[in-house]
Amino acid sequence: MMQAFIDSLWATAQGLPVTLAIWLAAVVAGMALGFLVGALRFFAPRAVGWPLATLVETVRGVPFLVQCFLLYFGGPFIGIDLSPVMAGFVALTVYGAAYFSEVFRAGFMAVPQGQVEAARILGLSRPATVWRIMVPVMALGVLPSLANLAVILIKETAVLSIITVPELTFRVQGVGTSTFAFAETTLVLALVYWALVEGTAVAARGLERRIERALAA
Amino acid sequence: MMAATWATIWISAAAIAIGFVLGVPLAVSAGRWWTALYISFFRGVPLLVQLLLAYYALPFVGIDIPAIVAAVGTLGLCCAAYMAEILRGGLALVPRGGVEAARLLGLSPLQTLLRIRLPIAAQAMRPALINEAILIIKASSLISVVGILELTRSAQALASSTFEPLPAYALCGVIYLVINVGLSIAAQGRGTGRPA
Repeated sequence: MMQAFIDSLWATAQGLPVTLAIWLAAVVAGMALGFLVGALRFFAPRAVGWPLATLVETVRGVPFLVQCFLLYFGGPFIGIDLSPVMAGFVALTVYGAAYFSEVFRAGFMAVPQGQVEAARILGLSRPATVWRIMVPVMALGVLPSLANLAVILIKETAVLSIITVPELTFRVQGVGTSTFAFAETTLVLALVYWALVEGTAVAARGLERRIERALAA
Repeated sequence: MMAATWATIWISAAAIAIGFVLGVPLAVSAGRWWTALYISFFRGVPLLVQLLLAYYALPFVGIDIPAIVAAVGTLGLCCAAYMAEILRGGLALVPRGGVEAARLLGLSPLQTLLRIRLPIAAQAMRPALINEAILIIKASSLISVVGILELTRSAQALASSTFEPLPAYALCGVIYLVINVGLSIAAQGRGTGRPA
């Protein structure tokens, strides 16, 4: 029994970096893509916004697991042949981007119209108005939602074990399969995720406060 | 796949019902350490890991329940943590005067909760509650992992028997989408979100 715990911790040491790397990469890429989609839906004409809206609603309405299956098992039939890690990264990025885009779109909508008009009258170009007025103004408002979503995405990475991405859940479950100590290994797994998610949530709140102070200064 | 769709719907409905019923006492007892611990655990551990825990660890400590009960129960317990947070927000919106009036009219604290505070809170928080219901319908796809035949599991079976995963999972995704979009349209269509 002790051995099962030690093996689980060793598997954690191997799987955790993979989990964190995929998560971090997907959060960064997902936020960038989400910002683009959110901005396009806010600024672009309806002909562009409508298909994007349908796309976002589709990604948000289908379980993440089914999206992973579609990409990983269905992808090769239409020429998208990705390794488990790449498929996991792409799926998590797209899934995250759909939710991030809604946060950014809401952020753009919340910017007071008067400030935008004032900037334009003062002679700022449209891109400058977006970057130097709208983005800083909305940053404070969207920050908690972005942090919250990033933390939620940590939990979604566990699903990637089902498409054999060698991350935390996959590794620790592997110990269970080879030693039949399923109860002990799963318990370790749960505690590691709990600590990881709570730790990240606390860190995110700290980061939020620092950014708020920097923006307020 | 039709039968599996119904399985997904009733599993989700049962989990949402459990989540709501358990979410109420959790919301009322917000701030106590055990409530905080409960919510922290069920929101901090991936649902997949919770399901594995219920599936593997419960028999280990002598609790032997059918997989379907463990799966629906876990989904419901997890849902309760989120419902509690939503309802807590809703209960905070209930005007104090309404609660005081109900108490003066002779309603017991429990009656006041069930007949005055809860209906107002649930009505105010309806969009968030519907959102949570949609999240649970999507999350129910994970119970395919512990071998329960629902929509995602049936798509896996179809994919492996036809060797054509793309149409199988696409159809599966469309069915989820129809359920979720249908639910959110039905929820929007009813009233203005204000009690009549």
